[in-house]
Amino acid sequence: MSGTFVGMPAFPEAAREAVGDTTLRANLRHATRTIRDKRARAVAELDDWAALREAGKRIKDETLRHLDAHLLRLEESVTAAGGTVHWAADAAEANRIVTDLVKATGETEVVKVKSMATQEIGLNEHLEAEGIRAYETDLAELIVQLGEDRPSHILVPAIHRNRGEIRDVFREKMGSWGRPAPEGLSDTPAELAEAARLHLREKFLRAKVGISGANFMVAETGTLVVVESEGNGRMCLTLPETLVSVVGIEKVVPTWRDLEVFLQTLPRSSTAERMNPYTSMWTGTTDGDGPSAFHLVLLDNGRTDALADEVGRQALRCIRCSACLNVCPVYERAGGHAYGSVYPGPIGAILTPQLRGTASEVDASLPYASSLCGACYEVCPVAIDIPEVLVHLREKVADQGGKGHRLEKAAIKASTWVLDHPGALGAGERLASATRKLHPKRLPGPGVGPWSESRDLPGLPAEPFRDWWRKNRT
Amino acid sequence: MRVALFVTCVNDALFPSTGVATVRLLERLGVAVDFPAAQSCCGQPQFNTGYRTEAAPLVRRTVRAFAGHDHVVTPSGSCAAMVRRHYGKFGAEAADLAPRVYELTEFLVDVLGVTDVGAYFPHRVTYHPSCHGLRLLGLGERPRRLLEAVKGLELVELPGAEECCGFGGTFAVKNPDVSAAMGADKITNALSTGAEVLCGADNSCLLHVGGMLRRREAPLRALHLAEILASTEEEPWR
Ligand code: SF4
Repeated sequence: MSGTFVGMPAFPEAAREAVGDTTLRANLRHATRTIRDKRARAVAELDDWAALREAGKRIKDETLRHLDAHLLRLEESVTAAGGTVHWAADAAEANRIVTDLVKATGETEVVKVKSMATQEIGLNEHLEAEGIRAYETDLAELIVQLGEDRPSHILVPAIHRNRGEIRDVFREKMGSWGRPAPEGLSDTPAELAEAARLHLREKFLRAKVGISGANFMVAETGTLVVVESEGNGRMCLTLPETLVSVVGIEKVVPTWRDLEVFLQTLPRSSTAERMNPYTSMWTGTTDGDGPSAFHLVLLDNGRTDALADEVGRQALRCIRCSACLNVCPVYERAGGHAYGSVYPGPIGAILTPQLRGTASEVDASLPYASSLCGACYEVCPVAIDIPEVLVHLREKVADQGGKGHRLEKAAIKASTWVLDHPGALGAGERLASATRKLHPKRLPGPGVGPWSESRDLPGLPAEPFRDWWRKNRT
Repeated sequence: MRVALFVTCVNDALFPSTGVATVRLLERLGVAVDFPAAQSCCGQPQFNTGYRTEAAPLVRRTVRAFAGHDHVVTPSGSCAAMVRRHYGKFGAEAADLAPRVYELTEFLVDVLGVTDVGAYFPHRVTYHPSCHGLRLLGLGERPRRLLEAVKGLELVELPGAEECCGFGGTFAVKNPDVSAAMGADKITNALSTGAEVLCGADNSCLLHVGGMLRRREAPLRALHLAEILASTEEEPWR
């Protein structure tokens, strides 16, 4: 069972710990920089990148505008192709539906394709409590699961681990989950991959039930799409008798034609590949080919709330490529765990507070986990203006006036008053300048401590600019 | 050509030398400079922290202060970006100011059409393009072209130049550890160039990075681009 994010501290505290962890910093720095540069090269190859980005944005926006109609069309197509569609309003309902479906097969084990939606609802933990064991088959998810860890990246959930740490996890834990790691396992990528292959192969061949998410759902045909690099997903999608897919309602696109755009932008943004190695598509069931039973669980879990927010809804365009994480200077230093959710980084900072609300301390602190540098917006393949949504969510958090925000509001109001009265402002500046010899290099008082921990103030000038102007130019 | 200087509240109170340099530079290039005294803060700190209502009076003040001026020049990419990208959210009158505001390097290169401003600054300099100038305004090569034309100046590449320095307004106070870690990396990169001066076009970022440099007593000082461009052989800047 993997760890959970329940009871996380607010972002700044969690980030402080991560900033001080030199191994973590080195792992993340190396990993994000490598992929960052590769992505830039992969994107630069396409001279119509800007048009693709705009098209992706437009397709998603238009679909979201008539989401209800597209979902009904999807349900019709999936049903016609032999699948069954279930609607889940929240995590609890989705978990219950999946559990009942698995129990109906009489199985107590399932194999899983890497999926953000099932992470979001805590499906593995729920199944475990119901006596059903879920095996993660994506290599990085496997590392997280064996290590009883939490995911820290959308694409590479174990990005915070280096090879030596992975070898140790495999050596110690594989045995209690199935086939143990080979004797004398080293930390070379080839040996680690082989150990995982042997361990997983056993599970693929035995499993009767597979659980997945999907990157896209095509309404006109009822086709689901999973893109991946390893091929382990395809094993889970094709070998079991029953397949259950849990998918967020925003993943629907109207037509096959629309995939043309995303199958170009997603791999380049995500793994910096021109095309991902495995693209699996399935439509309902086919006799003698793949699972004979297919269930699609459509998950809302806060998405319709986000959709109702005119500024915030753009977060639903996200195709989970994780490019925004890889370029984010805050993510690189704070690590994924500090975001307290399965969606870390810039997208997490705008998605989580919309899906879960901002009642908890960590969720209310997420909109502030950014310097608004804009690097995320620049790389996003569906042009989500993440800084705009962050500021918008800050307004909401400030409005609700929770912990610390009442004082902050008073301070902001005071600053506005002073700044709106240049007479008072000038007098204050002059007073400060006149007494500047007495000023400490470090600011005293509450609230500014953090600033002074690592920076000195500049020496105050002899006079403010407006006084220089009055004396020299009027 | 006549312009209004929007000095910004940070420069007015903490970096008046940047304002003075901007005035000298523009006058040297034959531009008449006005300083509407009613100006104050553009409202960005309030707006970006989630206090739009509190930003509104400052937006109104800024708009009134620069009414009737066709060219408003500011030595701050971040304040120029606030006006250009967000004033539209504060009504038609505020939106009307947006196209009249120019960040200093935009004004020099695009409006005056100069890159060689006749400056002299015999030092090794590296340039940090602040995020708002870089990404929100798209200043691109303008600052670099201006610096390259400065006599005596040796411009050295800053590794990881496009990465945020970690200031981010209230971010530096709300997330001090991450902010300081970002600043520390910026400084390490800047020191690795062997430059004497870390140049930028946004003093709020330089307040943060410069403050960290002072704390470490590093052999590198932060300086606004305007002050380098104002420096001449006859009147060297400090
Ligand atoms: S927000 Fe954009 S860049 Fe980030 S994961 Fe989603 S699609 Fe990718």
